[in-house]
Amino acid sequence: MTATLAELKESLKHEEIINCMRCGFCLQACPTYKLSLHEPKSPRGRIALARAVAEGHLTLDQITGPLDQCIGCRACEVACPAGVHYGTILEAARATIVEHKHQGTLEKLVRKVGLKWVLGTPGGIKLGAFGLWFWQVTGLSWLARRTGLVKAVAGKAVAEMEAAMPKVPSPIKRFMGGGSGHVFPAIGEQRAKVGFFTGCIQEITFWKENRDAIALLQNAGCEVLIVPGQGCCGAVHTHTGEEGTSHDQAKRNIAAFEKCQIDYVVNAAGGCGAALKEYKLWLARDPEWAQRAAKFSASCRDISEILLALPPIPMGPRPGRVTLQDSCHMRNVQKLVSEPRKMLARVPALEFVEIGNADSCCGAGGVYNITQPETANAIGKDKAGRVKATGAQELVVTNPPCQLHMRASLMRSGMDKEGVRVVHIATVLRESMDAAKSQKK
Amino acid sequence: MGDAALIQALQGIVGEQHVLHSPADLAAYAVDATPLLRSLPTVVVFPGSTAEVKAILELATAQGVPVIPRGAASNLSGGTIAINAGIMLNMNRMNQIIEIDAANLTATVEPGVTTAQLAREADARGLFYPPDPGSQVISTMGGNVAENAGGLRGLKYGVTRDYVMGLEAVLPNGAVLRTGGKNAKDVAGYDLTRLLVGSEGTLAVITEVTVKLIPKPETKRAALAVFNALEDAARAVARIIESRIIPCTLEIMDQGTIKAVEDFAHVGLPTDAAAVLLIEQDGARAVVDSDIELAGKICREEGARAVSVAATVEEGTKLAEARRFALPALARLRPTCVLEDATVPRSNLAEMIRFINATAKKYNLTICTFGHAGDGNLHPTCPCDERDHEEIERVEHAFAEIFDKALSLGGTITGEHGVGISKQDYLEWKIGEAGVAVSRGIKAAFDPANILNPGKVLPKATRKRLVVRQG
Repeated sequence: MTATLAELKESLKHEEIINCMRCGFCLQACPTYKLSLHEPKSPRGRIALARAVAEGHLTLDQITGPLDQCIGCRACEVACPAGVHYGTILEAARATIVEHKHQGTLEKLVRKVGLKWVLGTPGGIKLGAFGLWFWQVTGLSWLARRTGLVKAVAGKAVAEMEAAMPKVPSPIKRFMGGGSGHVFPAIGEQRAKVGFFTGCIQEITFWKENRDAIALLQNAGCEVLIVPGQGCCGAVHTHTGEEGTSHDQAKRNIAAFEKCQIDYVVNAAGGCGAALKEYKLWLARDPEWAQRAAKFSASCRDISEILLALPPIPMGPRPGRVTLQDSCHMRNVQKLVSEPRKMLARVPALEFVEIGNADSCCGAGGVYNITQPETANAIGKDKAGRVKATGAQELVVTNPPCQLHMRASLMRSGMDKEGVRVVHIATVLRESMDAAKSQKK
Repeated sequence: MGDAALIQALQGIVGEQHVLHSPADLAAYAVDATPLLRSLPTVVVFPGSTAEVKAILELATAQGVPVIPRGAASNLSGGTIAINAGIMLNMNRMNQIIEIDAANLTATVEPGVTTAQLAREADARGLFYPPDPGSQVISTMGGNVAENAGGLRGLKYGVTRDYVMGLEAVLPNGAVLRTGGKNAKDVAGYDLTRLLVGSEGTLAVITEVTVKLIPKPETKRAALAVFNALEDAARAVARIIESRIIPCTLEIMDQGTIKAVEDFAHVGLPTDAAAVLLIEQDGARAVVDSDIELAGKICREEGARAVSVAATVEEGTKLAEARRFALPALARLRPTCVLEDATVPRSNLAEMIRFINATAKKYNLTICTFGHAGDGNLHPTCPCDERDHEEIERVEHAFAEIFDKALSLGGTITGEHGVGISKQDYLEWKIGEAGVAVSRGIKAAFDPANILNPGKVLPKATRKRLVVRQG
């Protein structure tokens, strides 16, 4: 497919591209630049490449590689003095590339089945959870790992992620623990009605972490509804250039939550939360949806954010030394930096140390660790070394891809055998809350 | 030698992984922070040692291929644009701090070390590297030396030139030159160190830098003064310095800048004010306290309508925020941001700012001025749109008049950004025919084959000076 230059300019968002004044302040914020010291692996370089295509100096094919290597952490947006929306440029470039690229049969299949059917529909997500549970519980996982089948079929990166995957709870446990449509009553005086956004990967692999977050909300005086009809947030689709599918996710979720009488949309996944808060930008040019999206985005809260705003829950001692890795999209897009730290500071006996570069990506980047394992693992390895240097026994995270990637990174460094764990902030807070309750008894 | 053979020869010197040459790679190295300029290099190379730099330069000289030394490419004068294609020589792999010598108070670094990295390491040892160019987070020491970078602390502490004690540099013929050293006194021969500082990559490639460090000041305090008249602010600047106070920063923002900052960051500046001064002093506590109190008093006496003096370092940081937001605020107004650095003796500050405002009006442009009032180094900044060629032409005319005026007031065409391509046609206005002639002689002595950053600094054609009508 060939596009005219005017069409390319429009679809690559040349209007936004030219706001880059090339000062280079973004370089030191960029994890892939710091690793390579190469300009095409920096935000300034990538914007220059998108611009070169929009102005007819390069073809889309020529810039696909450098753009694929961007993790999309968006730390550059925080560093940029000119306020350039790098995320907008990156997503536009990826969507344009996908639109114009000839895809192989395998890529077409992965995109259609994985992104559109499984993650793109609520039913697909449930099926995915069941499939993964079945895979783990029947011993297929063990067998495939022992025979090297996963590695042979899907590659080393997927095999390592598969091995790092926590045990998925059984369908019965999931049903008993409150699934779609379930209402968890407020404990004590009711202060707010919350619609819980579960996320797709989060609800499959970190189901318990979502239940920890819900328990915290209940104890903070929230009635929590797992809103039926919700699906994936769509972030994974924007990362992979599937703009249309991502907007479908946004519309489905907005419509699902609009049906319920709630004050807030709450989630425990920093990356998903960022996407939900950006629905207002995604759909800004859609007359039917712009206002509804703005209203929805305004009601979204991260679990740390809302717990800080509500009366404090009694917390009991939960000893140990921990460090925290920020979720990039929670920090750089949602701009929530102090919130998780303030919540951890409320936990008695918990010793918190900063990792030193919590603002720099761990390398997970949604599906980046699968598409670009070499870079992702090099960054993950560096991060694991920094965790070790803090002497922390636990790395606290706020986003499922970071949790999965850092679990794999600690395993590769052998730190899991030394007892170092990756733990979601909701789990830490819930255990502290439970400690207070058992003290009371 | 064709491009393919050149690439192969370079791969032989530095290793395949340290040579980039795909069309996308070259496009990413076609630009620096200067607006409007773009030109593709032939190949991009990352040497890891002085020996590799030497081999690259020997090859380039033998083949007559241009070499453009590059640090972080944050310069604003087109200094790292490959206008004649050639080898883009990236020095950022050589990024180790070799030594911090506490006994001699020096630091020796490779050229790819960032300014902020050196400042941080010095600070951790209770020492201080004062030059603080705006891009210090990313700018490299090699680039700072090549451009003789300035910054906010120029008035009290000087600029990069005042800290460079010794250099290692490779000449175009491959000879390795060592200049200066750790000696405070050293008059052995011509001062080649100072000659290389600010040479903008046209004479030699810097491979090691030894700089002076000083003890870290004990504390710091800030004051912010708001004025209704530009002249009052300028008089306050002059009187502060006449009163034997040399503040570590003495910054001014004009009304246009104040408005932009307030719109962007809502820091509480009155948008009808004509000027704001930010005054910071560092040093021993007693001195800092008396200096900052006196500076505040002088501002009041000169008609400041409000003066805030910070009680703590944190409060000072808050006051300084307004100045830090100047560039981000102006950069957001329009797609393109032309940031210049016309400089005048500080006694002519008010006249220069008035002239800039009148010129902006004449050409129907927005030009906001902020800058280092203490050393007269102003940053008239023009938010514009590079796609509007007619507007860009007006911007060029306006700045030609501004440079001309700065010179007529005894100032200069560039205080800290360098000549590069952007100012080369104005250079003769400043240094005269004799200056240009001796500069050409120096260039020929270092680089007879003209391979190092060719087409920069020295004028191609001198612009006719504009006749500025008075009144």
